[in-house]
Amino acid sequence: MSRLFMFEKPLGMRDTLPELFEVKHQVRSNMAETMKLWGYQFIETPTLEYYETVGAASAIADQQLFKLLDKEGHTVVLRPDMTAPIARVAASKLLNEDLPVRLAYSANVFRAQQREGGRPAEFEQIGVECLNEETVSCDGEVIALLISSLKKAGLAEFQVSIGHVGFANELFVQILGTNGRATALRKFLFEKNYVGYREHVHSLPLSSIDKKRLLQLLELRGGEEVMGLALDIIENDKGKQAILELKELWDVIKDYGVEGNVKFDFTIVSHMSYYSGILFEAYAGNVGFPIGNGGRYSLMEKFGKTASATGFAVRMDMLLEALQGGQLENNTHCIFFSQERRKEAFALAASMHEQGQKAVLQDITGVRNLDAFTKRFAETTYLIGGRANE
Amino acid sequence: MSNLLTIAMPKGRIFIEAVELLRKAGYQLPPEFDDSRKLIIDVPEEGLRFILAKPMDVATYVEHGVADVGIAGKDVLLEEERDVYELLDLKISYCYLAVAGLPDTKMNDVAPRVATKYPHVAEAYFREQGEQVEIIKLNGSIELAPIIGLSDRIVDIVSTGRTLKENGLVEYERIKDVTSRFVVNPVSYRIKDQQIDDMVKRLSEVV
Repeated sequence: MSRLFMFEKPLGMRDTLPELFEVKHQVRSNMAETMKLWGYQFIETPTLEYYETVGAASAIADQQLFKLLDKEGHTVVLRPDMTAPIARVAASKLLNEDLPVRLAYSANVFRAQQREGGRPAEFEQIGVECLNEETVSCDGEVIALLISSLKKAGLAEFQVSIGHVGFANELFVQILGTNGRATALRKFLFEKNYVGYREHVHSLPLSSIDKKRLLQLLELRGGEEVMGLALDIIENDKGKQAILELKELWDVIKDYGVEGNVKFDFTIVSHMSYYSGILFEAYAGNVGFPIGNGGRYSLMEKFGKTASATGFAVRMDMLLEALQGGQLENNTHCIFFSQERRKEAFALAASMHEQGQKAVLQDITGVRNLDAFTKRFAETTYLIGGRANE
Repeated sequence: MSNLLTIAMPKGRIFIEAVELLRKAGYQLPPEFDDSRKLIIDVPEEGLRFILAKPMDVATYVEHGVADVGIAGKDVLLEEERDVYELLDLKISYCYLAVAGLPDTKMNDVAPRVATKYPHVAEAYFREQGEQVEIIKLNGSIELAPIIGLSDRIVDIVSTGRTLKENGLVEYERIKDVTSRFVVNPVSYRIKDQQIDDMVKRLSEVV
């Protein structure tokens, strides 16, 4: 093992310096404010969870979990997402009255990185979960809230693509007969390998019409019209049901008036194995990775409760990248003082703080390079010696 | 956000074939395109920006979204396992990945060693054969390794087999056929869907 330099951090760990912190804080509070206005209540859960319970319930790959041992020898993990811990709390405490519960969070999650930069191992997620509410209205509410909070965060251009976990599966079962035979196709779809998918479809002993249907699945993305196309190729009831659900969801979204940001995409398949209904991803044009995702899931079953929920999580690092780190206005005032007028300076600062004006108190003898220091402030006041300076 | 569709192209041999294919698909690319040393070439008339990358890096640019689409060899996709859409088999730059070595030799029983530019592919391949091998990563002239005794086998791409032959090596197993693929960043695939669909359509008509 090589000796570590003082400045090194474990792979994927990042510092947040004051400027970025400020921007992040602003974005977070704008989003949180929106969530609170919609009646979502913020909660916190522990950073460490048991591997056997929350670790296993989360959909993050095992090799991406940070694992430790506690004193009793139980394996604990740094939480890799917030959905599983919230499902745990909800199932054990909050769902006893069998009512809809609306929760929100902003928290850091941890996913170990093996490869390269550009991927933090610790990053903040801000999101909501609407639990024990199974209507399409609830799905629509979560999507509308996602859109509303992204707008509030200052993101001008983005798109939410909605798919349904059931559709591709039902199409495969309808054509191939069993779930098992669909494994290969599902894998190609998941790996985004359309070349392999097409080759596999052509190699199957199927009628040309069925082959065509399987290939058409890859083209099912766009506006409202894709629902008609999807309905043309699906024949079984569960698959049809998925489309009807999406149609209804589209109406809900239109009633919210946010359809301009929404498209459909039946090719979205998630590595989140717990999804059970609609699922969606949010994209901003200038960031190469989705800035957020979500969907309907029935994770509470793993904690002994039958209830489903819909939620979303936005990745703060991706969102900040999409916002291009928007420069915050520097409006901090600096009051330089010397001993003689110290009291006056303190009073001035106090009155500024009272009015919400940021003001720094700086003993003039404590700064060596006054020019450089002064540049960091919007305005300065000197209360030095016997008389007042500008 | 720039409205140009950024396309990552592999430099070298594949580049020429890829440009030819794009021209066949009706893209008007300027003639100086072929021997330019620039790394970024804009073709605003077609709404395209080309970035010229090492073939091995194309999928990396696309995964990170600095290029919307790219042309990458299947060998690169297998080795790098990047999160990109593999939309089309362009059927150009045909070659294959193979295991080769000196004729009539066996792998060392205790520590079979394999030299390759594709450590990931090589390891996965031998694991599937039920063999654990030691991988030695090289960056080129892989054929040297068995000749001078660095490894028992090599895993490399073969196009005509001439290089192997001239160096007295023989092919033992064929791992996988390789052609160039049209790859797309998952976000661009959704945000620039019309531009990309159009390109896929035009390309698929000429492959």
